[in-house]
Amino acid sequence: MTRLLIRGGRVIDPAAGVDLQGDVLVDEGRIVAVAAGLAPESAEVLDARGLVVCPGFVDPHAHLCEPGGEHRETIATGAMAAAAGGYTAVVAMPDTDPVVDDPASVGFVVAAGRRARGARVFPAAAVSAGRRGEHLTEFGEVVDAGAVAVSDAGRSVKSSKLMRLALEYARSFGIPVLARPEDAGLASGGVMHEGVVSTRLGLRGKPAAAEEIGAARDLALAGMTGGRLHMQRVSTAAAATLIRRSLARGVGVSAEVTAHHLLLTHEVVADYGTEYKVDPPLRTTVDVEAVRAALADGTIGCIATDHTPCHYDEKEQAFDDAPFGAVGLETTFAVLHTHLVTTGILELGTLVERMSTGPARALGFPGGTLKPGQAADLALVDPEARWKIDPAEFLSKCRNTPFAGEEVTGRVVRTLVGGRTVWSAVADGA
Amino acid sequence: MSRAAATAALGKDLVGLEGLTADQIRVILDTAEPFKEISERRIKKVPVLRGKTIVNLFFEASTRTRISFEFAEKRLAADTVNIGAVGSSVSKGETLVDTARNLEAMRIDMVVMRHWSPGAARFLASRIPSNVINAGDGAHEHPTQGLLDILTLRDHFGRLEGLKVCIVGDVLHSRVARSNIFGLVTLGAEVAVCGPHTLLPAGIEELGVRVFGRVEEAIEWAEALNVLRLQLERMEGGFVPSLREYNRVFGVTRERLEWAPRELLVLHPGPMNRGVEIDSDVADGPHSVILRQVTNGVAVRMAVLYLLTGGAPDRAESAKSGGEGRS
Repeated sequence: MTRLLIRGGRVIDPAAGVDLQGDVLVDEGRIVAVAAGLAPESAEVLDARGLVVCPGFVDPHAHLCEPGGEHRETIATGAMAAAAGGYTAVVAMPDTDPVVDDPASVGFVVAAGRRARGARVFPAAAVSAGRRGEHLTEFGEVVDAGAVAVSDAGRSVKSSKLMRLALEYARSFGIPVLARPEDAGLASGGVMHEGVVSTRLGLRGKPAAAEEIGAARDLALAGMTGGRLHMQRVSTAAAATLIRRSLARGVGVSAEVTAHHLLLTHEVVADYGTEYKVDPPLRTTVDVEAVRAALADGTIGCIATDHTPCHYDEKEQAFDDAPFGAVGLETTFAVLHTHLVTTGILELGTLVERMSTGPARALGFPGGTLKPGQAADLALVDPEARWKIDPAEFLSKCRNTPFAGEEVTGRVVRTLVGGRTVWSAVADGA
Repeated sequence: MSRAAATAALGKDLVGLEGLTADQIRVILDTAEPFKEISERRIKKVPVLRGKTIVNLFFEASTRTRISFEFAEKRLAADTVNIGAVGSSVSKGETLVDTARNLEAMRIDMVVMRHWSPGAARFLASRIPSNVINAGDGAHEHPTQGLLDILTLRDHFGRLEGLKVCIVGDVLHSRVARSNIFGLVTLGAEVAVCGPHTLLPAGIEELGVRVFGRVEEAIEWAEALNVLRLQLERMEGGFVPSLREYNRVFGVTRERLEWAPRELLVLHPGPMNRGVEIDSDVADGPHSVILRQVTNGVAVRMAVLYLLTGGAPDRAESAKSGGEGRS
């Protein structure tokens, strides 16, 4: 492989404290140098003037639906959708059919990920066999097969005892437990946030307290066991506060939030739009402010897509009957850049950090930085590009986004994995 | 008035009372007045909806509402088809949107739908060009029930502005409660809800209602009580520990009404659980207008059918004799 010089961009590498106008030199798929005015003898040159060059994004939470849901997404289409959104690594949730809960099924995802073009795909295996919450999966074997974490994906681990065992047992293998904070009994039957909007619409609500209780339990267990807890999809002010307190006490916890929980409230459900039916549900303005503050101060260190493709006719139903979920791989950077960065709420460097370095650290990945020696997993972003989100253009098989038709600013124009362009907004590079 | 103008007065559909203006609600109530008389005639039929095809699509069991709609439709000379969930394609797993498209393909004019899912009526209304009337969508709204309750209140009190109405019982699961709240608040009535806090939904005060935790307080305050049915399955959900206790603490009984500082009007949307939320001597007693509600239900539904199919509000009287109300 020839050497590649990405020249003249604004290079942001939060892990190294780098934010400079300069060049990135790549050789044999790895980063060799980051500096201004690099002039190697023979290198292919990629003009990055006007662009931001940053670590490729790492998504700690995507549903790629394979095996079993290939009409919604496959690992191949999911990996390409990820690349189009600037992602170079994606953790695939195990809530497939069958559930990814043994070495063979983990191996299937790993193999399909290798065949796919686009982002790297890393499987999470289930915490409990079949996600039934009864007994642990073979963490050692699934890690050997390629799993990077365990998660019961969307379901809170049923019993506190099993969650304790999972956090303890995961320590032996150095993997985090990705957990959904929710008291399932209190939340049962809920299809949106419990509050005045659910009352007006006559829809059953999930109270914010259900997330608070789940978060308190898992944080207590993480503190007790010393295990690594990664809290998925934080949506409430109360959970953010609990995480902040636990971090101050030294508990090993990381947390993620999605773009829709950072940008939308339950008020948008007022017309029963199923594109807004997500889990956890969209909450109140107070919650949105709180998760934004937690993201800014690092309490929540990761942005996740919770990319959940739903077939169009599944969402074309009454609200109660439609499935939860929204796709996010191709829109997360743009909507957050538009609403949080161009408005001055969040620094661009912080957004990049929370989308790359933060998740890589939480998951124990080597990536998320441009330090020499690292694989050249990069995203090139045009921060000025204005475009309209048109779900018909998605590379994902599904179009269920709450941001359809939005005018946004900031677009990923090129994604490189291991120094190779896997996606480009213009036809040439790929 | 042209069809377009009349439709604009109410819209294509009636999915709920939320969002209607006071004038729109008054137009329906006023239009119901001339239609009351039809049901008192020896020959209870006028040609107002002649040639119109109406589908009554009931995904949930209903006796009163379904029959009331059917009488209203037939007395206006519409052609009607009834579809229930059992024994139709719905029970074979057909989706709501497919059912709707198939009906539409048979060139119908209107759908009256009862569905278990909140928002189902709006969903249907946004996907087919026919008029849609919501006959109850889950715990969301039941607008014609709200209208007939409001008409009954107006008949009795002669006013709605400032009228103190308390809705008693299972507000959490009640579409009747929501339609009454939205309609009455819009018309300037004072509205309260009363029931065990397990059956009062979160943030209900933000809909502009007062909350009473004890039925005695409600009776002392109100001029009219609208007593909701306590679904017996709520017991299994643990919302109330026993029907006996519910009756003891929240039941509308003659003894409690005797303590009221004024004569109270008692409404109930039916079907009643006698001895649970309401005692028989109240239901059958002088306070009760429960059967008048049922009679008004047919007139209100006629008014809604007439207005949605393009009838002019000010020509309802003449329309009854020959259909020239529609242009």
